[in-house]
Amino acid sequence: MKFEGTDQYIATKDLQVAVNAAITLERPLLVKGEPGTGKTMLAHEVAKALDLPIITWHVKSTSTAQQGLYEYDAVSRLRDSQLGDERVKDLGNYIIPGKMWDAFTADGKLVLLIDEIDKADIEFPNDLLLELDRMEFYVYETKKTIKAERRPIVLITSNNEKELPDAFLRRCFFHYIRFPDEETMKQIVDVHYPGLHEELLKEALNIFFQFREVQGLKKKPSTSELIDWIKLLLAENIPSDYLAKVDLSKELPPMYGALLKNEQDVHAFERLRFMQRRF
Amino acid sequence: MFIDFFLQLKEAAIPVSVREYLVFLEALDRRVIESDAEGFYYLARTALVKDERFLDPFDQVFAHYFKGAEKSVLLNIGEIPEEWLKSGLDRMFTDDEMAEIEAMGGFEALMEAFQQRWQDQDGEHHGGNKWIGTGGTSPFGSGGANPEGIRIGNEGPRRRRAVKVWEQRNYKSLSSDVTLNTRNIKMAMKRLRVFTREGAEDELDLDETIRRVGWTGIMLDIAMRPTRRNRVKVLLFLDIGGSMDPHVRRCEQLFSSAKNEFKHLEVFYFHNCIYEAVWQEAHRWEGKVKTFDILHKYNSDYRVIIVGDASMSPYEVLQVGGSVDHFNDEPGITWLTRIKEAYPHLVWLNPEPEEQWKYTDSIQIIRQLIEGRMHPLTLDGLGTAMDSLRKKYKSHGMILHH
Repeated sequence: MKFEGTDQYIATKDLQVAVNAAITLERPLLVKGEPGTGKTMLAHEVAKALDLPIITWHVKSTSTAQQGLYEYDAVSRLRDSQLGDERVKDLGNYIIPGKMWDAFTADGKLVLLIDEIDKADIEFPNDLLLELDRMEFYVYETKKTIKAERRPIVLITSNNEKELPDAFLRRCFFHYIRFPDEETMKQIVDVHYPGLHEELLKEALNIFFQFREVQGLKKKPSTSELIDWIKLLLAENIPSDYLAKVDLSKELPPMYGALLKNEQDVHAFERLRFMQRRF
Repeated sequence: MFIDFFLQLKEAAIPVSVREYLVFLEALDRRVIESDAEGFYYLARTALVKDERFLDPFDQVFAHYFKGAEKSVLLNIGEIPEEWLKSGLDRMFTDDEMAEIEAMGGFEALMEAFQQRWQDQDGEHHGGNKWIGTGGTSPFGSGGANPEGIRIGNEGPRRRRAVKVWEQRNYKSLSSDVTLNTRNIKMAMKRLRVFTREGAEDELDLDETIRRVGWTGIMLDIAMRPTRRNRVKVLLFLDIGGSMDPHVRRCEQLFSSAKNEFKHLEVFYFHNCIYEAVWQEAHRWEGKVKTFDILHKYNSDYRVIIVGDASMSPYEVLQVGGSVDHFNDEPGITWLTRIKEAYPHLVWLNPEPEEQWKYTDSIQIIRQLIEGRMHPLTLDGLGTAMDSLRKKYKSHGMILHH
């Protein structure tokens, strides 16, 4: 099983090595990088390329590790007991499997994506150490051990909101998705919009990379913003020579809303233009 | 096998452990990469570096250690197995080139010559026409112009890369970023968690359920309650006066941890002592806020953390007009007292070493004013400070559900 990117996803060689290391050694891969560089998409594309199903666990600030394993629904059981339901006698009926349980007990190999692990409480990764290492856990209520027959390919993404514990990091492979250089960016745009007009691409990338140079932006536009922006440019039929004439020191490019996502950034940009005009 | 390399990484303060090293060896063993230098670098990186801050130091150690040593790397991976050389050949040569290899005596002859030359060679070679190296016309090496050549390592179109990937130092900017190690600080701050039950009732309240069932006798009456959540509210005042400069790093760490740990956090900046106004922006002295407005806006269940060295001339605390940068109508001590009285839960974190506090008058004055609730800005000090912020809460007997 080797991952080499897909026709929808350009994987640089270092990313391929990291993914393949994780696949071969059956250890989790932790992926970090600027927002919008395709961290979450990677898992979906790996699943697609290897033709495996995927299970996604979106972590939220209120998520606990236990939720990923299983939850015991005592309330339903109490209610059922009152109604004399037969199901009450089997406690297993009230154990609700979590995403990790699903992944461990699936029939074949699959991809498990633990998305944005840094969103949860600071203890969250520590609570999953053993589970990710041995790919098994113990269900106290039913006194059974759930063990992965075939270790899933585990991909974990983080946006660096919280630092992850060393013990957790030691168990993972790590990859930092660097912001693509112009060459890779061209390839990425190409898989999304094959046969895009050469000139339009050149001008769009030119403006895009200038935007990224602007100091003090809260959210630098990234790959996903560029893709959206080009989509809008195409939809509006904006010709490449129009883009070529855009002078960023005087005006914002058409459809700039796709690139600058908040008002402060538009202001930051305008302030900069103002400064440039003065000097 | 690469124990020296491993030790050099350790020396460069990159946190690598034996466990990771073994995983790396296992990955090599299981042929995650074909034996090319670039793949080797990527694999080492993904297995040994776990934080983008260390990518640049890693690149430097890697470049230093393997400078010109690509040869030994390749050999160390194992005796070069014939299969990969053969399979590699398919990728490296076009049909025409394969024909030319035949012309040279065929693959076997080429390999023999390769091994012979490998053994004779004693150093690094670039250019030239005989030895194994880069950029030459010898049949062996990388980026050369001999169609019969064996390219060693270095995949991709020839002459495209002038510099090795690890020499480009692509991650330089990441290492200087302020992503400090703040985990232990956050762990200390965790002690200041005030759990309250608010919002949707989504948790079984066992005690209440038992009580109700006992009351009705037979009927099961289930009681629910909201989940406990951390609702602590914090006002953080940071001194950014000149004497705080040596402590900037620690304050940044504290600040970034606090930002993550406390959901309701308001940060204000002051210069030496708090007077009638503080600032919301650290760097530009922008966003001036009246201290009175703060006292009125945030109620007394906010916890106040003041971070400052409290080292100044006593006049700055005690006198009208004592401030160094403006004329204050009321002395600093009046303002500190107001804050103390508005917020029963208050601590002062002082980055100066605790032993030295007694030599500074202003520290003594302030310590006395806040009734000894000054703690050193160390992990231990932070821990006790957080405990004291909690305890006060209890002794005042306010909304506390556990």
